Amino acid sequence: MSVDKDIVKRVARLARIAVSDEEAEALKGELNTILGFVEQLNEVDVTGVEPMTSVVAVEMKKRTDVVTERDQAAKIVANAPVREEHFFVVPKVVE
Amino acid sequence: MNQAAAKPRTSKLIKGATGDWEIVVGMEVHAQVTSHAKLFSGAPTGFGGAPNDHVSLVDAAMPGMLPVINGECVAQAVRTGLGLDAEINLRSVFDRKNYFYPDLPQGYQISQYKQPIVGEGTVTVDLADGETVTVGIERLHLEQDAGKSIHDQHATMSFVDLNRSGVALMEIVSKPDIRSADQAKAFLTKLRSILRYLGTCDGDMEKGNLRADVNVSVRRPGEPLGTRCEIKNVNSIRFVGQAIDFEARRQVGLIEDGGTVEQETRLFDPGRGETRSMRSKEEAHDYRYFPDPDLLPLEFDQAYVDQLAAGLPELPDARKERFVGAFGLSPYDADVLVAEKENAEYFEAVAEGRDPKIAANWVINELAGRLNREGREIADSPVSTEQLGAIIDLIGEGTISGKIAKDLFEIVWAEGGDPRVVVDERGMKQVTDTGAIEALVDEIIAANPDKARQVREKPAMLGWFVGQVMKASQGKANPQAVNALLKEKLGV
Repeated sequence: MSVDKDIVKRVARLARIAVSDEEAEALKGELNTILGFVEQLNEVDVTGVEPMTSVVAVEMKKRTDVVTERDQAAKIVANAPVREEHFFVVPKVVE
Repeated sequence: MNQAAAKPRTSKLIKGATGDWEIVVGMEVHAQVTSHAKLFSGAPTGFGGAPNDHVSLVDAAMPGMLPVINGECVAQAVRTGLGLDAEINLRSVFDRKNYFYPDLPQGYQISQYKQPIVGEGTVTVDLADGETVTVGIERLHLEQDAGKSIHDQHATMSFVDLNRSGVALMEIVSKPDIRSADQAKAFLTKLRSILRYLGTCDGDMEKGNLRADVNVSVRRPGEPLGTRCEIKNVNSIRFVGQAIDFEARRQVGLIEDGGTVEQETRLFDPGRGETRSMRSKEEAHDYRYFPDPDLLPLEFDQAYVDQLAAGLPELPDARKERFVGAFGLSPYDADVLVAEKENAEYFEAVAEGRDPKIAANWVINELAGRLNREGREIADSPVSTEQLGAIIDLIGEGTISGKIAKDLFEIVWAEGGDPRVVVDERGMKQVTDTGAIEALVDEIIAANPDKARQVREKPAMLGWFVGQVMKASQGKANPQAVNALLKEKLGV
């Protein structure tokens, strides 16, 4: 698989990263090199092999249904660039 | 497409200018899981709360935070699957659904995509006209709720509260087996009832704890499915009906005028009773789902499922069957009683040791009617099960007449008290003493000689006499005794 400039621009837009036309051109080359490297994996026949989800065979840990964290709004918004009455404040977004 | 459900019923079709159209509806219902803590964090799920007070560092997506799944949310999803007669998947996978919005701090929602926890199931829906429809369930999966953006606090800024962020939701997806607005409403009502019986979602639509995305399309009967529109986030059962009716007519109008239906997302405006396009989406969503590397697959064994199944409560369908089979109630009365768990429990407490049909009649007609008029729930009924039971006992014993019982009910409703004591104190006991009733009967006949003559030609007039005697006794005379005595004395 390889990417063209349009795909680079679209991926950048989905990731909310501003990419100029020149940058997209350069990124196209870099991305194709990475994809080409990864594509070597296609040489291995994995027919019938389950995708691996973990390097160790463990079951997912579950928490009990107990409230352990609350009333820490000040801590939650402490690093927000703009906040008011413990709300995060962001540039207006309306659907 | 479920072929069994594809047989169109003419009564469900809508008439267009150029012939009949069939409505096809499928629903995606978001039900908030009943749990203390969130799906992947130890923050509380309670409604309300000061801004960002129900938030953990995981819910705020602080760097380095890792999700740990709440076992109870898993159990609730499995219970719900069992309640929907659905396949339970012993292995399921959490995926990331990627999109940007300020109330989604992670930049993705943890959801389940290709391998949900619950697969295909069914919901049996009984309609008011006696029809029974089986609506297929496609799947149920667990996912996180998002936070809330508030846009009206500031001219140029939006306020974000993450209290709901990370709360566990079950998305329940139906098959497109629904053929009318009434069926859709009945389906959602039944689903809500099942969830409430199971205790897996409180079904509170006003708080947004249960909401539906409604997919609507129209077609000529027997033809392939038409293009659908999705009406997002409808938060009342009545609105679901209105939205479908409006949307189906809009689509029929569009097609009949030579246009085509565009697949799109629409919003229902309850004020205008219409659906509107959400035009802001200029580009199609590209969610780029992939398995969440922070979470292992969700796995459990059949023994775990069996254990949860053993602990399930009796569900509405089984309870209805019992009410009809063991109690001899009509299917309609049984339906009315089982729809809300609290009503069914109240009825059972009243019916215990009494005639179930009389108990049903009082709960459905007198109590529920009265509660409805005042917009109250049975949980805060002023008349307790013991009080209503005592009123029914007093009728059964012949201590009071059915008519007096209604007055007694009003007194107990308004003032409370032990019905037996009220009857004693206010002299409401029925007069069964034949001598006393006979005196009243004689009095009425003597005062109305003309009518006493006429009644021999028009026996229907007997009712007038009964009424007069009952009135004279202030409703306390035993109506059967009055009737018998009048017939004897008037020679009817």
